[in-house]
Amino acid sequence: MPLRQDSFGELKVPLTWMAVVALIVCGVVGVSILLSDRRETFQTEAYGAARQAVDTVSAPVGATVAAPGRWTGDLLGWLRSYVAVAGENRRLRRDLVTLRVQADEAVRLKDENDRLRAMLGVRTDPPIPMATARVVTDSRGPFANARLANAGSDAGVVVGYPVLSERGLVGRVVGVSRDSSRILLLTDVASRTPVMIDRSNARAILTGDGGPNPKLEYLRGRNPIREGDRVLTSGDGGVLPRGLPVGRAVKGLDGRWRVVLDADAGAIDWVRILKFKDYSQLADQEALAATRLPPVITENPEDRIIGAGTSQPQPAKPPAQPLATPPRKSAAPPSRPPPSPVQKSAPVPVAKAPTPAEGRPQ
Amino acid sequence: MSFSAARPLDPWRWIGVPALMCVGATLLLAAPIQLFGLRLPEPVFPMVCAFGWAVIRPSILAPAMLLVLGMFLDIYWGGALGLWAVSLLMAYAVTLAMRNMMTGQSRPMMWAWYAGMCLVTMATGYLIIMLDVKAAPSLVAVLWQFLATAILYPFAHRLIDRFEDADVRFR
Repeated sequence: MPLRQDSFGELKVPLTWMAVVALIVCGVVGVSILLSDRRETFQTEAYGAARQAVDTVSAPVGATVAAPGRWTGDLLGWLRSYVAVAGENRRLRRDLVTLRVQADEAVRLKDENDRLRAMLGVRTDPPIPMATARVVTDSRGPFANARLANAGSDAGVVVGYPVLSERGLVGRVVGVSRDSSRILLLTDVASRTPVMIDRSNARAILTGDGGPNPKLEYLRGRNPIREGDRVLTSGDGGVLPRGLPVGRAVKGLDGRWRVVLDADAGAIDWVRILKFKDYSQLADQEALAATRLPPVITENPEDRIIGAGTSQPQPAKPPAQPLATPPRKSAAPPSRPPPSPVQKSAPVPVAKAPTPAEGRPQ
Repeated sequence: MSFSAARPLDPWRWIGVPALMCVGATLLLAAPIQLFGLRLPEPVFPMVCAFGWAVIRPSILAPAMLLVLGMFLDIYWGGALGLWAVSLLMAYAVTLAMRNMMTGQSRPMMWAWYAGMCLVTMATGYLIIMLDVKAAPSLVAVLWQFLATAILYPFAHRLIDRFEDADVRFR
């Protein structure tokens, strides 16, 4: 056998087999970890201490690594604005004229809106506080799209908070350590966001796939969407507030409706983490839980019109007890119920329930 | 039996240092920087180690280190825990099984083998994600990461070239 002919064959075989055994053991460990991962649950306890520790260390490291690039970008931006200052000035003057008109209109609409709300007594959503953070790391692969921001539980951030850039929705917080938080982007393959089309009010689920433009799935209605329609968060399910800008609808090369994200229009350096809680969480849960259900009143078969002619007057039965009150167990025989008001006024004619033989079709 | 020709590799030199370099490169390219409106690529640097270590020789430490590197990628990139660990180990196992076919091949052929192992890694990750989140990742995004990883072969070639002859028992 050729393997045994050289002088090291005796040593080679055991080492190779041990390496294979080590590989199998590592594979089993890897698969076990994969099966035990609960990332998709987006729960605080599922994030794990290991991820929190790595995020805590990664945040300052990422900030340091990204600093030269950030400085270079700032310098290039300053140089670009310096060179293009004349053209930018002309553009800003044009924008100013347009924006003055829009600002006057906005003031008028806000005043009208406030008056109408006051007349109707509409309860508006409470203002949402926010925390500002800088993005320090960025993962962009097909299997994970997440960012690390340098604001964590110390700044009041908790899992589930939505995150916006200066242009639109970026994602939501899926993990928090003391001074950093992990943001799952809208483009992540595990991301699902309820959205609506601003023009038609049609609902859809924004589904990430690791690419730059997430898909719109479960679109309902006839012609609910057109090219260029604005896409906003719908607020359905209470996970996100309603009306946050998401992007614009485009038809993808695969024939599916996709969204060009507003947040991708420029580099995302700073983000705002909205301290938004589902409004159902703000409600008094104890008061809601203490609400008693009304008693269940079922049809009395004796009150039916059919068969009323064959009825025989019988004494009225006491009214049924509400189901919310549990029956009291007692060894004593049930006492006679007090006479009901119905009994006092007049005996109710009660129809005789048909026997099985009578009810059988002839 | 003489052991004079058997010169075991120093694990720190051929496993520890490349692993640390992969971690450093991953940290560097995770910076949120855009150049001319384009974001930096995101190659899977530990793929260099997975291919190189399997070609150099079978080892007990190499799969364990790949497991650690994969876990680091999963945690640092925020993906499913175990995704890259299993994917890298799959590429390592396939390379190890085909090691005898690769030995002595020219550099372009080895590059083709490396690209093939990158495909194995990406396909494994694709399948895992499909099973995990019940959705298919974008093939275009997978292709970009595959290309960004496949062009890293010169680093794997340097690793192989440096340590391939260090242990004559597995030549």
